[in-house]
Amino acid sequence: MAAVQNSSTHPEDNLVQKGIKEGIFAGVIAFGLFLLYIGVVTEQNIHNELVYRFRWFALAVFVIIAAVGRFLVVTVGQPWLAARKADAKNKVADSGESALKKALPKLALVFLLAYPMLAVGLAGPQGSLKYVDNFGIQILIYVMLGWGLNIVVGLAGLLDLGYVAFYAVGAYSYALLSTYFGLSFWVLLPLSGILAAFWGMILGFPVLRLRGDYLAIVTLAFGEIIRLVLINWSDVTKGTFGISSIPKATLFGIKFDASKDGFAALMGLAPSSAYYKIFLFYLILALCLLTAYVTIRLRRMPIGRAWEALREDEIACRALGINTVTTKLTAFAIGAMFGGFAGSFFAARQGFVSPDSFIFMESAIILAIVVLGGMGSLGGIAVAALVMIGGTELLREMEFLKVIFGPDFTPELYRMLLFGAAMVLVMLFKPRGFVGSREPTAFLRERKAVSGSFTKEGHG
Amino acid sequence: MTMAPGNTTMSKDDIILKVEHLSMKFGGLMAINDFSFEAKRGEITALIGPNGAGKTTVFNCITGFYKPTMGMITLRQKSGKEFLLERLPDFEITKKAKVARTFQNIRLFSGMTVLENLLVAQHNKLMKASGYTVMGLLGIGGYKAESRRSIELAEHWLEMADLIDRADDPAGDLSYGAQRRLEIARAMCTEPEFLCLDEPAAGLNPAESATLNKLLRSIRADAGTSIMLIEHDMSVVMEISDHVVVLEYGRKISDGTPEHVKNDPKVIAAYLGVDDDEVEDVIATVESLDGGANG
Repeated sequence: MAAVQNSSTHPEDNLVQKGIKEGIFAGVIAFGLFLLYIGVVTEQNIHNELVYRFRWFALAVFVIIAAVGRFLVVTVGQPWLAARKADAKNKVADSGESALKKALPKLALVFLLAYPMLAVGLAGPQGSLKYVDNFGIQILIYVMLGWGLNIVVGLAGLLDLGYVAFYAVGAYSYALLSTYFGLSFWVLLPLSGILAAFWGMILGFPVLRLRGDYLAIVTLAFGEIIRLVLINWSDVTKGTFGISSIPKATLFGIKFDASKDGFAALMGLAPSSAYYKIFLFYLILALCLLTAYVTIRLRRMPIGRAWEALREDEIACRALGINTVTTKLTAFAIGAMFGGFAGSFFAARQGFVSPDSFIFMESAIILAIVVLGGMGSLGGIAVAALVMIGGTELLREMEFLKVIFGPDFTPELYRMLLFGAAMVLVMLFKPRGFVGSREPTAFLRERKAVSGSFTKEGHG
Repeated sequence: MTMAPGNTTMSKDDIILKVEHLSMKFGGLMAINDFSFEAKRGEITALIGPNGAGKTTVFNCITGFYKPTMGMITLRQKSGKEFLLERLPDFEITKKAKVARTFQNIRLFSGMTVLENLLVAQHNKLMKASGYTVMGLLGIGGYKAESRRSIELAEHWLEMADLIDRADDPAGDLSYGAQRRLEIARAMCTEPEFLCLDEPAAGLNPAESATLNKLLRSIRADAGTSIMLIEHDMSVVMEISDHVVVLEYGRKISDGTPEHVKNDPKVIAAYLGVDDDEVEDVIATVESLDGGANG
């Protein structure tokens, strides 16, 4: 605290001086700490003797990170934090910031619409595959799943650990009905949603009386049951082999293949799988927008308010004449429906589904995205999906880490470790997720966000 | 106010709620034992009694949160429609029979704004107007107009409860007294014919109690809603109620006007806890104190 006050009262060069001093100090400490852990590596040689060698480069990287990091913390981080604290104390109503916040969703939408073009422009049709498919589509699928689960968990406050079951129902609905009956994607997309909603109701009925932990356990079991049925009903689902060569989605009947009447040939473009991916990108973007639109509309409708009221206090809901049974069931059904849409899209994108894609870990990741984003907040959930899914995809790209940790280092193996660390950090600093406050659905004079300290998480 | 004590015969329309032989058993415990009373339309009926007498249990039976072991609860609406409350599920008692209630420990939607709390209370009406969500989602039908009307109704009750300046604040941010008033306003937004208030004055200071009395009187006068309340604060009970029912150990021990009940030796004995043969002494003591303390 004393250091912070010092830095804010003294001139700039003093701060740099202090930064350098503390940076060097941190470097020395890091050198001492990491000398044996990082700097020296022991190996057995061919004669089975234990030999050691120095890894000066790796050690240097750690020391430099520590020194530069401390320098930045002192010169940039601490003054910034102090300024922010002072800002918060003065409660300066920053109209510029709120205008930016308002425009942010629109800017994000414009960016997303232009994103495939940018990727193609910068990396060429073939090079864009990675950015459009691995990053764009992958993240948007999780955004949609997060928004779907948000209805159940974030709005209605019903803790659902088996959400991936509805994703699986959607995916298998498309996979089975298209391979067995040859129905098209555009017929099956709504149908998978309806089937998933139906299964949402089936899950809903037995758990109506359960709350909190008990509800979570039953939904978890439900997710596992669906997966086990998919594995063991091998006559229909082909078990663990999964269903392959699922037909692709078409655009008004135009196929995305190298044939004469395929998309590339019709448009006079060189055949490339990039066009299908770009088409899929816009498709999932449209599905996401649909989810967001419906969620925003529903929140302002009596049913949406009843969901939130249910999260706040179920007994009070009953005293106000709200039928909590239908309210819970609609929450389950509509949440599941969006999971089903995402599932059928997933099947169309992969061309292959197997029970391995629908493990409990997926449910946990989707739930983590909802919780990290801030329950009930669409923007927060989108950011959480971007950070979590984009972050793990980015790990694959971090080849330079091999230079530090040696050629055997595969960063994506550390995915779950980093995922966990990130969750702990976010929850420490933002216990209500990225967006902790709640937007009221109606107002008389001015729209004031409701602080997260008043909203409840729901009891199930 | 100047009605004869006890149950006088009156025309059927005057009675809004009739409880007959109500009994509620929890395991071996008889929480309510053969309890009967009538509440008249347009009156404020108070249910009083020592702690643990079974007052809240009676409320829970009337509002459907408990299913009574025995007995009949008949609600007669202005239109003449009758409902047997013990047969309806809790939410339908509010929805169809038009009985609203508040809770002893305030149950607001604390993360929603004051206005939103009042809109949730109008759920059933709005649900119908939005074509059970489908039409409202597509933007057809009368949802918009109905939603505007619901905000007007909410505004009316916010004015009545003196909360209009706090309309856009989270309900959890209100002071205790304001939360009590908001809960009553929220119950009134369900447009009830019969309003059950469970200790509305608990934890209020004298000034807040006075505001509450004003609110309850205006509810009875303007909205024509009959009120039944459980209360320990005798200044509220004696001042505003037209009819008092006293409960002890699940049995009714007195029933009549506040004046009648106040002077009923059984009531005094129940509150002061004396043997039956000492009741005479107690009455004498209370009467001598009455002039100074109660005025």
